[in-house]
Amino acid sequence: MKRKIKRSEIEEKIFKILMIVSLAIVLLSLIGIISVIVIKGFSALSWSMIFETPKGGYYLGKEGGIANAIVGSLYLAFGALILSLIVSIPLAFALQKDYLNKKIANLIRVLLDVLCGVPSIVYGAFAFIVMMHFMIRASLLGGIVTLALFMTPIMTRAMDESIRLVPAELKEASYSMGATRFETSFKIVLRQSLPGIATAVLIAFGRGIGDAASILFTAGYTDSIPTSLFSPVASLPLAIFFQIATPIAEVQRRAYASAFILLAIVLIVSIITRYLSSRFSRYNLS
Amino acid sequence: MKARKKADSIATFFFYSSAIFIGILALIILAVLVVKSLPILSNNNFFELLFSSSWRPSRGEFGFLPFIVGTIEVTLIAMAIAIPICLLSSIYLSEYATKRMRSIFMPVIDLLAGIPSVVFGLFGILVIVPFVSFLGKMFGSSTTGYSLLSGSIILAIMVFPIIISVATAVLRSVPHELRESSLALGATRWQTVKKVVVRSSIGGLIAAVVLGFSRAIGETMAVLMVIGNVAIIPKSLFDPAYTLTSLIANNYGEMMSIPMYDSALLLAALMLLLIVAFFNIISHIILSKLIKHNYTNEA
Repeated sequence: MKRKIKRSEIEEKIFKILMIVSLAIVLLSLIGIISVIVIKGFSALSWSMIFETPKGGYYLGKEGGIANAIVGSLYLAFGALILSLIVSIPLAFALQKDYLNKKIANLIRVLLDVLCGVPSIVYGAFAFIVMMHFMIRASLLGGIVTLALFMTPIMTRAMDESIRLVPAELKEASYSMGATRFETSFKIVLRQSLPGIATAVLIAFGRGIGDAASILFTAGYTDSIPTSLFSPVASLPLAIFFQIATPIAEVQRRAYASAFILLAIVLIVSIITRYLSSRFSRYNLS
Repeated sequence: MKARKKADSIATFFFYSSAIFIGILALIILAVLVVKSLPILSNNNFFELLFSSSWRPSRGEFGFLPFIVGTIEVTLIAMAIAIPICLLSSIYLSEYATKRMRSIFMPVIDLLAGIPSVVFGLFGILVIVPFVSFLGKMFGSSTTGYSLLSGSIILAIMVFPIIISVATAVLRSVPHELRESSLALGATRWQTVKKVVVRSSIGGLIAAVVLGFSRAIGETMAVLMVIGNVAIIPKSLFDPAYTLTSLIANNYGEMMSIPMYDSALLLAALMLLLIVAFFNIISHIILSKLIKHNYTNEA
């Protein structure tokens, strides 16, 4: 009896150590990634990196910056964000049981989950082949539409999660006052879930701005800031990808700086997201 | 009064049409991929496509085997690394950690989930590749470091947040009464974890792993940057490999110049889509049954 207890205690000790080691690995990998990119990137960062477009011979290590990619990425992500909102907002509201019956809504949720899981390269390949069919060249518009394909399911699903947390009693109270479904959705549900919806938008934005595979074929790459929807556009993820692939050390250093900028944008968005969702849970009635 | 009713019916129309739109969109994506991959499926022998390893597009030979093997191997090795680490971490976070610890760790894990894949790729080139190259030399194999193992390690790190967040949620959803009754019977904490908590949430843990798997199989850029991209069937962990996603990413430029090439690449995309959809639906079914109170809250 005594020996048995001891053995189980030893077993627990061993597993506890293993658990702490595992958690340390997870934590260290995050710290490792962030610190490597910050250390390598920050030292390569300069004002001209941020505010200048590539000049002649930039990819051979001469002067210039990646303003084209920074602005390009923002154009792409904001454009896609607006396009996604047009589908996501009505769809997320339609998933309430006030509109669609539960079976159909759950079916759409499964579909959205599947679409969330579809690799972005598949969206890229799909959009590219459609664009080739209609003879559309790689452009800002192509990139925006492709990125919107990738972002919409993510955004809708996250919005849906916050909308369904709105207590049914609130909606019932609104209906009993004679409000229509639209008024209830817009004035009660939307207001109640606004921080959650904002969080959803930011999550999608963060995923979109960092994605490279979907815009690899559809947005193109250029050294200038695009002036129309039909000109090709550079982006930060692709700037990193192309610059690290060159054999010139100076250009590789610029890839680190580009990664630093991209990581900074994504982390800031992510921290705002956290802040909003913690506020959301504090004020939520349920 | 009429204006209000009108606004309501217009909004309803938009809500329903967005639901129809997303359904049609999904069908269009599937249809385009299927239609575009039909030429190669009718032109080449299906088994040859899957099981031949000669990839010579200019001669019309499209053997997907190296890419399929590369994808499966890199994903499985990544899962072999990630599963124990993630499950142990989740058990600790759910069963042993204080509330404060959880409130520190969960945001950190979310942060990891938000890092773009090119940044993971860059980290891979800077840290993992040299490390694997060093490791390879220790085992007496001269490798550049751009290898199956590097790709797997990066992928493992990338799926940490997905598996951990789902698995922790699953473990936390086990009712407290179950743990208490086990402890009341004299079981130790670890025995309770092992025989009650983990056993009763095994389905959800599998679903968490499946979700991580389907994310890993579709990952493109990070793997592309570190795996070496050589279309051979790798013989060891230190050999370079090639995945389906990298195949698409690397060759879109020539897609239109060689006959059947576009069809072959779209077939690769279709395979990825079907695999991911299959695994996602499975994990969805398991999870929706398990974390039921999450789904029935509103009813």
